[in-house]
This record gives sequence, C-alpha cells and structure tokens, in this order.
Amino acid sequence: MAQPVSLHVNRRAVSVRVDDPETPLLYVLRNDLELHGPRFGCGLGQCGACTVHIDGAAVRSCITPLSSLKPGQAIVTLEGLGSPEGPHPVQAAFIAEQAAQCGYCINGMVMQSAALLSRNAKPSDAEIKQELSANLCRCGTHARIVRAVKRAASAI
Amino acid sequence: MSRITTPDTTLSRRALLQGGGALVVSFALPPRDASAQTPPPIPPALPTKGFAKSVAGDEVDGFVAIGADGRVTVFSGKVDLGTGVRTALTQMAAEELDLPLESVTVIQGDTGVTPDQGPTYGSLSIQNGGAQIRQAAATARQALIGLAAERLGVTPGSLLVKNGTIQAKTGGPGIAFGDLLREKRFALKVDKDAKPKDPALYTLVGTSVARLDLPAKITGTFTYMQDFRVPGMVHGRVVRPPAIGATLEGVDDADALSLPGVIKVVREGNFLAVVAETEWGAVKAAAALKPRWSPSATLPDQARLWQHVRGSKVSKDDVTSNVGDAAASLKGAARVLAATYDFAIHTHGSIGPSCSVAEFKDGALTCWTASQMTHALRRQLAAMTRMSTEDVRCVYLEGSGCYGRNGHEDAAADATLLARAVGRPVRVQWSRADEHGWDPKGPPTLIDLEAGLDTDGAVVAWSSQFFVPEGGAGNVPLVAADLANLPHETALAPGNIVQNSAIPYTIANVRTVCHRLADTPLRPSWIRTPGRMQNTYANEAFLDELAAAAGVDPAAYRLRALKDPRGTEVIERVMALAKWENRPSPKAERDGDVLRGRGISYVRYELYRTYVAGIAEVEVERRTGAIRVPRFFVVQDCGQIINPDGVRSQIEGNVIQTVSRVLKEEVTFDRSAVTSLDWASYPILTFPEIPEVVMELIDRPTEKPWGAGEPSAAIVPSAISNAVFDATGVRMRSVPFSPVKMQAGLQAT
Repeated sequence: MAQPVSLHVNRRAVSVRVDDPETPLLYVLRNDLELHGPRFGCGLGQCGACTVHIDGAAVRSCITPLSSLKPGQAIVTLEGLGSPEGPHPVQAAFIAEQAAQCGYCINGMVMQSAALLSRNAKPSDAEIKQELSANLCRCGTHARIVRAVKRAASAI
Repeated sequence: MSRITTPDTTLSRRALLQGGGALVVSFALPPRDASAQTPPPIPPALPTKGFAKSVAGDEVDGFVAIGADGRVTVFSGKVDLGTGVRTALTQMAAEELDLPLESVTVIQGDTGVTPDQGPTYGSLSIQNGGAQIRQAAATARQALIGLAAERLGVTPGSLLVKNGTIQAKTGGPGIAFGDLLREKRFALKVDKDAKPKDPALYTLVGTSVARLDLPAKITGTFTYMQDFRVPGMVHGRVVRPPAIGATLEGVDDADALSLPGVIKVVREGNFLAVVAETEWGAVKAAAALKPRWSPSATLPDQARLWQHVRGSKVSKDDVTSNVGDAAASLKGAARVLAATYDFAIHTHGSIGPSCSVAEFKDGALTCWTASQMTHALRRQLAAMTRMSTEDVRCVYLEGSGCYGRNGHEDAAADATLLARAVGRPVRVQWSRADEHGWDPKGPPTLIDLEAGLDTDGAVVAWSSQFFVPEGGAGNVPLVAADLANLPHETALAPGNIVQNSAIPYTIANVRTVCHRLADTPLRPSWIRTPGRMQNTYANEAFLDELAAAAGVDPAAYRLRALKDPRGTEVIERVMALAKWENRPSPKAERDGDVLRGRGISYVRYELYRTYVAGIAEVEVERRTGAIRVPRFFVVQDCGQIINPDGVRSQIEGNVIQTVSRVLKEEVTFDRSAVTSLDWASYPILTFPEIPEVVMELIDRPTEKPWGAGEPSAAIVPSAISNAVFDATGVRMRSVPFSPVKMQAGLQAT
C-alpha cells in the first residue's frame, strides 16, 4: 500500500506517496516531483549522472533508497542550485566555458563540483579531476568541465 | 512538466478559392522569449494525417516558414545529437535570411513537419543538411526580395535585406518579412541557382555563437527524451533473453503480477516486458518475472575471435583502390614488410540508456524518440506494426549522446509494442545492462597489410585486406521485431565501413580489398567514425612501420608521399604546433621507468573531404604496461567553419573519446551473450586520465563546409600506436592497448 513520505527538496517541504520505501530517491525526484536535473544513467552508482546534494554532500540518488533518508535532511537538485535567470556560480561557469555537449552527465558534474567548492574553495587541477573521477562523460567534455570548475572557483 | 501544444492547421477560404498555390499554414509554435538561450521548443503534437505542412525536400516550404510576426521556423531533418548542430543550423539560416539569431527557431527530426534529409550520421549535418537549408533560405530570401520589389514597384537589385526587413538601398521605410508573406506558403521549389550570401558579408557564420541549449541543460530545465511525459502514460521495462537466440519457453509471472501497480506482463514470441503504473514498479516487476529460456550458444569463443573473423564466410570482395600492379611490384621490391592489425568490438556507451514514449490514438502511432534517423525509424515501425507509414509519426527529442546507432530505435520499437499491448501511452527506459548488452556494436575489424620498399626506402607497393562485415548504412534490425517475430530487416548494417581503406598517398602500385563477411558475432552498427577509424589506424600505423624500416622521420615520410597541398598544410602545421623533432622512430634512448614518445597520423576523411593531422604524446610505464596520453595536438581543415567553438568542442570530444576507446575499451562476451554489462566491466576514460588537446583550425570561408563531427577521431589510434613505438620500440597492433598487451610487447623486446 502506498505510504506517505515527507521530504525536503530544494528548500520546500514536499510529501509523496510510494508503494515501496526502498524506492531510490532518483525515481521520486524525477517522476513524482517532475525534476529534470538528476538523471538516470546506470542505477548502480557508477556514472554520477543522478547526483544530488543531501545536506551539502554529493550523493548518488540512484542508489539512495528513501528508507535511508533521515527526517529533515535537505535535498538539493540542479534546479535548486540555480535557474537560467539566476544560475549558481558553478552553473554560470559551465555556461561560460560551454562545458557540455549532449549534457546528459552535466547534472552530476555541476553537483559534484559545487560540493567540492563548498569544501575546498581553490582546488588544484588534480583535485578537481580526482573529485570528478567517478563521474563519467562520454562526449569528451572533460577539459572544459575542469576549466569551468576553475572559473567558478575564481568567481566564488 | 512537459508542455504540449497543438497547433491548428487552417486553410483560408481565399486560399482554397484560389486553388493549391497559396495554402495558408498557421503554426502555433510554442512562444519563445527574446533570449537566444531558451530551451528548444517541444515539437508540437501535430496530427499525422491531413496536415498541410510540406515536408518535401525540394520545396522551400519544406524547410522554412515565416510567421506573421516575422519569426522564422526552420524544419531540419538532421538533428542535434549533442554536437551543437541546432545552434549551427540556426546560424546558417539566420545568416542567409539576414535575421538576428533569436528570430529563428529550428524544429528537428519530426516526421510530421520536417523533410527527410537522411539520418544524422557520417558528419553530414552541416555539409549536406545545412547546405540544403542554406539553399532553401537563399531561395526564400530571393523570393521575398521579389515580392518586395513588386510591392514597391522597383527592381530587386535596388533593395537590401536587413534584420528581417526589405528596404531600398537608398533608404526609406521597409517591408517586414511577415508583412510580405502573411503566413502564406512560398510554393516554390528550392532554386539550386539562388545565390547564397557572399561569405565576406557573414556576421553570424564563422563566429562562436554560444550553444542555444546549454543554459537549460546546465540548470535542469531542459527536457530530454528521458524527461518527456504524456498524460496517462505508464512505464515499461523489457526483459531480454540471457542468451542471444534463446527461446522463451514459459514465464512464471505470479510474483510480478502480485506487485502493486503492475498492469500487464507482455509476451509476444521471445519479446518479454512488463508495464506498470510507476517506473520503479516496472523495474521491480521485471526483476520478479521468472522466465524460462532455452539454452543458446551462438557466439564464438572470444579468446579465438580473430581466427573466427578470418574464417568467416566472405560474401563478396570490394576493391576500394587498384593502381598499377601491387602483386607484381611486391615480388620485385627490395624489402617487403607485412603486419596484421585488429580493433576490438566497441559499444556506444551512451551515459543515458535508451528511452522512448509511444502512443496510439485514433489508429495512428506517435513515437517520441532520440533516434538519429526518425524518418527511417518511422518506416521501420510501420513495417513492424503492419501500419501505413502515413499513420506513424516519429518526433525527435534530444537524448543522451549516441555517437551512432545505439539503442534509441530499439527502445522506440519496445515502447510501440507495449503501447499497442496495453492501449495506453508507454514509456520504455532501458537499464544500463540493456544498453551495454543490447545496443548494436561496432564490429570487430581485422586488417592484413603488406608493402614493398625500394632500395631508398620509398614505398613502391601497398596491398591491404580488410575483414569486415557486409552491408552499409541501412536500417539496423529492431530487437523487438526480431524477438517478437514481426516484420523486420535482416541485412547487416555496420555503416559505410569500407571508407578510408584506400590511402591518401601517391604510391605507384596499390591494391586495397575489403572482404565482406556474411556474419559478425554481435548485431553490428556504426559507432563514431565507423570503419574510417579502424582503417586509418591500420594504414597510418603500418605506414609508420615503413618509415621506421626506411629509417626516415615519420612526418617527412608522409609528406614525401602526399601530393595534396591542403593535406601537406595540416601536417606541417601540426608539426609546428607540437614542436616536432625531425628524427626517425623509435627514440634512441629508451631507458627509465617511464618511456616517452610522440607519433603522427594523417587522414583525409573518405579521401574527399575534411583534412586532419594529429600528434600524440605518450608515456608508457615500464613496470605496469600502462599507457597515458598527456597531450594530443590536432590541426583540422574542414573548409568553411560555421561555429569555431563548436568545431573545437567536437575535436576535443573526438580525441578524448577515442583515447578511451583505444586504451581501454573492449566488449566482452561468452558463448551466449555480452558480459560487459556495466561501467565496471566496460570502463571508459576518467578525468585523471584525459589528455590536454591542443589544436589549430584552418578556416576557409569561401569553401564548402565539410563535416567536423567524426574526422579527427580517425587519426587517434594510429597516432597513439606510433607514439608508443617511438617511446618503446614496440608496435601496438591490437586495440585496445591494454597494459597486458603492452607488457607482453615490452618483454619481447
């Protein structure tokens, strides 16, 4: 039977009903809350396309069951970070560097990088690459992404 | 939420009274704000039948419509696969019509409204698709000037076009496009003699206009195929056989059907799937099904793949070049060298698994898809469902990058069967294992080469044989149609993989033959730079072997045999860019734990278009056999450049993706099916491993624009192989260049 679950997403309290408390967060964000930022890539925590922030940390939402969330934890998605009109500095830097091709992985790249910059305001190239080493991009946009993170670091 | 608008299609009474020449078509396209950085409009859901919009590829109305507000809609059969083509096509159309960028909207790949310009492959979107749109826009511009001249009672030559308005060169009030046409059709054939704009006057083409789609993609407001929803939609998951060719003998669906929200278990022959109210419900139900499959072992032993390929039945030979007498001159040569190269099976590796939504309504099928070939898919779906093509509409939505024919079309066929089975719109999302296991693969390629040198070390004879599957760039058979035993193609479609088997150098005696194989282990298709990559790899690495045998610098050796000034220019410029040191390979000193070297490669894409030269710098770790590519230099001449940053982005992508393919990638399989079903078993290049890409573009504004999406990938494998040889003296003749193979080579020296 469907059970109500309360979540705190993009600075709003929301309630959803799920049949299965083990439903991964990603499915709730995409299908129940109709968010387009977090993306399904592998369902295995291997590619990073589904990354969201939970209390500021970059987390793979495809392997985060609802049951593992604690009440009041703050979930932020790409949409909650910024908008086309008011982009987050990391988003603005990705746009300025034209750091996407198909853009399918970019949610994860932006979310992972924003989490990095909140911990380490001036990361080196090597630190950026290490932070993103479990985020996969198939189009080969990596160099632009690293440039964008550096640009964001200098802007924050 | 995805907003869907339904435009009305109206014929004015006057137009009807006048007959067919001036049908009025009104498009209620989604509104667009003034910013050029809005997400692409969701293509409107138009009825399939009885819609008056021309989709003819030889009519201006096929490509261009002008609204009463002067806004122009361009209808493109070529689609943006994440390469930035939508932005580039917008630039080309706006340039030709003297409009600001934000006045032009490009609708892509909707069989209801866009002409069939052929699939989006082969680096032809700008070269062919863009050229057609440019010519249609030039014809439209000419017609608009004619209408204005008539209205003003002046000669066309006395008028100029500026910002969507036509006015006298001497000044005075102008007439806006929207007022001239008043939403009427042009009712004109595309005039091949309509003179496109003088490139000297370009203000948009040739500039790095920012990608129109990126702000939305980077802020999460973009609607990808995977985000698309329609009212009443439910979710399907497919359950593929564990072995290719297995028969579904039965299925215990009791557990699956007991789960909440499960609508139906769909079984049609060997096609098995579940449909549920929610996506997660469908995932769980698919896992709860207990199918019984017959055993099947149709694949060769992977450890003996190359013997299998060599022993495959040859259906025909394609002689791709034959100059002089290669066989005789080989016999008479002072020295003869021979080598065999192979290139592993690769998957497309799209980051987002394939997805589609299908809906049947009033006897017609609408399928939303990220297919690179919506018009061809429409015909395939019509054949599969035994429907009339007119009753099927495929609407393109951008998905994850596909780099060729991946699983998008198959997901569309899955969604179609499921929507038909449950009578509701169905979204099918493939799993990661579905994508890695069932997307069609880049086929294994085996190449034998032989060459003769004269006493000066010059090449006097070149002979090569390529063992590659038969077939071209047709329709890849749909998995669902095959499993359900519904009508489908059976021919192999690996792409035009014989391209670049012939060589761009002037040698007196050359014979290149492609043995076309009647079968290949896994369903083949094209993956970025199909055939051109594998063939250029063997040709350019073997040429490097000849240069080494002759004791000549490999760049100089190429320049000596090349009689094409534009080719010579890209090679000389990349040598300057990389500060190339003139000496033969391998390096004299090859000591230390890390060996460093450089290698060069060159291609003229398909021997008639884009020129690329590249230099790889590599590091080889002696202890582990690990190869790194810290830097890669490229110089490219693709004629007229539409968007320089777009071209740079494609080159960066080609280099990084191909370094990944060359160093790491290989599809693995047992006798039954693919076993590399995730990113752990099929690893790709990660951030710490990426090369720095250093490049120069040669722009030739007065030349034709040639493709840029693939050519620079062709040179990467050979440049790396040649650099590894330079560093180590070991020739890497088998892709991927795994540490195990590298270590074996180092131990043998």
